[in-house]
Amino acid sequence: MVLIMIEITEDKPGKQILLLGNEAITRGALEAGVDVATTYPGTPSSEIADTFSMIAKEATRQKKDPGFYFQYSVNEKVALEVAAAASFCGLRSLTCMKHVGLNVASDTFMTYMYVGCRGGHIIVSADDPYCHSSQNEQDNRYFALFGGAPMLEPTTPQEAKEMTRIGFDISEQLHLPLLLRTTTRLNHARGPIILNVLQKPRKKGYFTKDPLLVTVPSTARAKHPVLLRQLEEAEKLSEKSPFNEIITIGKPKDIGIIASGVSYTYVKEMAEELHLNVRILKLGMTHPIPRTMCEKFMKSCSTLIMVEELEPFLENQFKALAYDSGADVKIYGKSSGHFSRLYEYTPDIVAEAFSKIFKVKNPFPKPVFSKIKVPSRPPSLCPGCPHRATYYAVKKAAPKEAIYPTDIGCYTLGKAPPLEMADVLLCMGSNAGMACGFSVATQQKIVSFMGDSTFFHSGIPPIINAVHHNHDVVITILDNRTTAMTGHQPHPGTPFDGMGRPATLINVEDVVKGCGVQHIEIVDPNKIKETTAAFKRALEFKGPSVVVSKSPCILLEVQRKRKAAEEIQLYHINQEICKRCKTCIGRFGCPALYFAEDGSVHIDAAQCNGCGNCVQVCPFGAISAEGST
Amino acid sequence: MSKKISIVLTGVGGQGVITAANILGKAAVKAKTGVFVSEIHGMAQRGGAVVCTVRMGDVSSPLLPSGTADVLLSTEPVEALRNICYVNKKTKVITDINPVIPFTVAVGGEQYPKLDDLFKEIQTHAELYKIDANKIAKEAGAVITKNTVMLGALAASGVLPFKAEVLLETILEDLPEKYKNVNKKAFDGGMRAIQSA
Repeated sequence: MVLIMIEITEDKPGKQILLLGNEAITRGALEAGVDVATTYPGTPSSEIADTFSMIAKEATRQKKDPGFYFQYSVNEKVALEVAAAASFCGLRSLTCMKHVGLNVASDTFMTYMYVGCRGGHIIVSADDPYCHSSQNEQDNRYFALFGGAPMLEPTTPQEAKEMTRIGFDISEQLHLPLLLRTTTRLNHARGPIILNVLQKPRKKGYFTKDPLLVTVPSTARAKHPVLLRQLEEAEKLSEKSPFNEIITIGKPKDIGIIASGVSYTYVKEMAEELHLNVRILKLGMTHPIPRTMCEKFMKSCSTLIMVEELEPFLENQFKALAYDSGADVKIYGKSSGHFSRLYEYTPDIVAEAFSKIFKVKNPFPKPVFSKIKVPSRPPSLCPGCPHRATYYAVKKAAPKEAIYPTDIGCYTLGKAPPLEMADVLLCMGSNAGMACGFSVATQQKIVSFMGDSTFFHSGIPPIINAVHHNHDVVITILDNRTTAMTGHQPHPGTPFDGMGRPATLINVEDVVKGCGVQHIEIVDPNKIKETTAAFKRALEFKGPSVVVSKSPCILLEVQRKRKAAEEIQLYHINQEICKRCKTCIGRFGCPALYFAEDGSVHIDAAQCNGCGNCVQVCPFGAISAEGST
Repeated sequence: MSKKISIVLTGVGGQGVITAANILGKAAVKAKTGVFVSEIHGMAQRGGAVVCTVRMGDVSSPLLPSGTADVLLSTEPVEALRNICYVNKKTKVITDINPVIPFTVAVGGEQYPKLDDLFKEIQTHAELYKIDANKIAKEAGAVITKNTVMLGALAASGVLPFKAEVLLETILEDLPEKYKNVNKKAFDGGMRAIQSA
């Protein structure tokens, strides 16, 4: 970790280092002299901001100035607004988020394009084709089209760094925030990076007043045509952009390929492997597309193959262009059935489509399959996770038909058996809003769940809604003192910020009280009996009640204990007492417990994190702490 | 260099698969070889199955076509079998022999295959090298060096386009002084395990 940090902040132009796509974006911003960076964490974008945080924390520790200001904002909308204000003062800003984060920030995003920026502002959207860590695989390139943002799409970590660095100049030249659209395979790919000079940040901005920053209707009407003119300028830049280029493979005749993003890397390699004779128009600036360049390329081809993950964003624009320019060209892509609108592309998918279109043999062997069934291994709540204890208690307290709206975080993993404590999920903060709706639609009891970071992000308005309308719901806040799933980032409930500086801690229960909730229970979920009783009381209460289930993330606890050289308590099962009733495995579901081949139950010491909750769960008292009698 | 080398690293979230892939990538940069590494973060880390790919030489893409891996390096036996689509008859499958039983076996009624059957199945598709990395790591002085053992085994497989010393040096440079010796032992142990496998 420390080594990466030294390398990533080194001012050694020409040096080659290995960086993650996300780290490369941070480096690009540093090379552009970024002043303000903001985010709300979300996979696959998290390491961009985590790298800023790591550099800032190290600087704070050494009592030095990191050169930039960084913030984990309360949500993506606020993150975008904080950075936009810095841009209005002439500072260079970067805001990064996962694709669905841009939905949260979209209200700001859409009108921000009318207003325009002053200091360069890069908005990074990390899309997640295949939903590796997400609730959908929406294609955020449409946001560029929708709002009117210039857009760049890198194909490699090196290009991600360069597009970030140069993107600030483009943004300033156009006075428009620039969307840097990435996908998981870029964010989480490592590649060699050639370092450039680190530019000095501007540091202090100054806000010059301008009535056109106030988007009252008359301003908005005046600004919309300005935006369209700016986009015309952007298209001129796109025509000249080095990020749009033609690559020749073999001895091409009249077949062309259009590719963007990480799919370009598959296209290039597979075109070589299949010995194709083609030209590839690689589009790095995908909004606005360079229409003259595209038209010229199209007219030199009898056949065009469109390779882009997810939606036919470029394909439809090329079809419109073909119609407008009267080009006589056959276009293969999604609507021809050669490529899918679903999931990630792979070299296999591209090779297969090419072999069909070019009528050449696919040189790769058909993948072999195991004749033995391989057991699935989905992610699960960690051994010792306090969420498991909360879920176990709720299951004991609530009637069988109770509904459990859930939310975005580790606790979503409570969906898996044996707990099965997640019934419906839409997006960040949706648990409590849906709880309100269920309470008017059905007589079933409702217990909803959200994490502490989600609570601050977008969980407060639905609680206010529940109070104001007196919905009969139990809203649970799983307060583990961190944003666990995305890598333990701080949030407004932690006493420090993303730069490692002291911050004002906001208590979840104080906010809940302030929202007017009359029945609040605060529990330690590791006391399962008490927690069960608290949920029973909350369920009996007529009207909205909130249970704050407080226990730190077990991974942080284990880390703390290791640092402090504290022992992690181990537990064992007395085989003479154990009745093999399977409560600990079949109902509680801790992954550290397992059946041996003879059916006896054991605890895997390598996995156990020492929470001891299995002791409370065992109906026969067969489990006890090592060293106790 | 025009040759492409593709390595698939697999295991269980928390076993250090991503770290191992990162070390390989750094070693390649040190050896001035073209390299791309692909990882999966986030949800996959909570005890789920993890796959990383490392490609070296004249490569453009971080992902490899099916059936083209030179090595499949796995820190858990069933994870090697799960990724069998990447192998061909010449692929070297190097796997640790210590199962980590997924919770779906205890809770969901799925079966963890018998190890003998599992290894036989791998052998019908590729060259198999089994090592007890846990034991070698323990003998070296720390179970936590399991990944260093695996990387030592990979270095001895002869597919890397640089010397084993470059990889060892890359592993050691990130470590505090007190852990260097035990990791060196673990690396040598991994190398020997392949030579005698």
